[in-house]
Amino acid sequence: MTAYWWVFVVMIIGAAVTYGWRALGVALSGRVSIESRIFEWIACVAYALLAALIARMIIFPIGPLAETHLADRAGAAIGALAIFFLTRNNLLAGVSVGAAALVALTWGRAILSWPV
Amino acid sequence: MAEPLIERDFGTPSAALRGGALEAFGIPMLVLGGSYLGFGALVREAGLAIWHGLFSTLTGWALPGQIALLELYSVGAPLLVIASAVALTNVRLLPMVMTLMPIIDDRRYPRWSYYCAAHVIAITGWVAAMRVCPLLPQDQRLPYFAGFTGTLWISTLGATAVGFVLASAVPAYVTLGLVFINPIYFMLVFAADLRHRGRTLALIFGALAGPPLYLWSPDWCLVIAGISAGTLAFLATSTLRDQS
Repeated sequence: MTAYWWVFVVMIIGAAVTYGWRALGVALSGRVSIESRIFEWIACVAYALLAALIARMIIFPIGPLAETHLADRAGAAIGALAIFFLTRNNLLAGVSVGAAALVALTWGRAILSWPV
Repeated sequence: MAEPLIERDFGTPSAALRGGALEAFGIPMLVLGGSYLGFGALVREAGLAIWHGLFSTLTGWALPGQIALLELYSVGAPLLVIASAVALTNVRLLPMVMTLMPIIDDRRYPRWSYYCAAHVIAITGWVAAMRVCPLLPQDQRLPYFAGFTGTLWISTLGATAVGFVLASAVPAYVTLGLVFINPIYFMLVFAADLRHRGRTLALIFGALAGPPLYLWSPDWCLVIAGISAGTLAFLATSTLRDQS
């Protein structure tokens, strides 16, 4: 099978495991209490996995972000956090500033040809 | 600051469907649209086709899982690894569906319509439905939810396509900004949600474990980081709770 079609197979598997949880949720609703400790553990695992993914995407990115400098990505992330808290949790402001800061820092480095 | 609980009434179920669709326009759509713009760009930069991105948004709608799948596919992870990581990322949908269902349940609608609605339960629509639906007459709750979330879902399909096209149309520097949207977006979403001790610990442990584990195993790092850091955070919180 070519890579083109293989991606669809991977996505169908991804969709199946995703919908599986949703369908199970409909089937179980009203029968099982969600106060149970197991759901707290589930939340912890999902949060930890996503935090690991985000940290990896910022520190060891793949694709075009791999060409940027770690200091620029870290600086942009810190800038985004600062704006986010200064604007009382305004997601739109935080994300815009973070993305724009990375562009500006990388571009500035190229113009000024700072050492690699 | 709790919003005052006001009884709401659109009049009829079809008016509730339209009302929900209308209320999706605004900040929720803008923020979600921005992240799907980033997802579209990420698909393009991973060397995939626009149809891959649209198919993912159509069938596997829930951004964290879509990004985990894309990132793991890009590093060449085997299918079993991708399936486990997506399952662990999206298992949080299970308790979300279980809390929303009793609220929007109404005998007048067939059971299968709830299995359809479940496909579009994701965080943005869930938060809105949990806030609005309890105030609506019973028969307007499912239509309101379907209108609101269905509209969001369709708009993210558009955003995925736009992000994909933009990634090749704008200068390379701007594309960097587009693909940087998602890590920043999720970092901020989590930063806003640090009241809960167990989940905060899970975020810290996960963020610390992720990068070194990636160097050790690009394939399994997410699954291992999720289970080990998550379980550690859960146990630490349980121990602290038992002592206090």
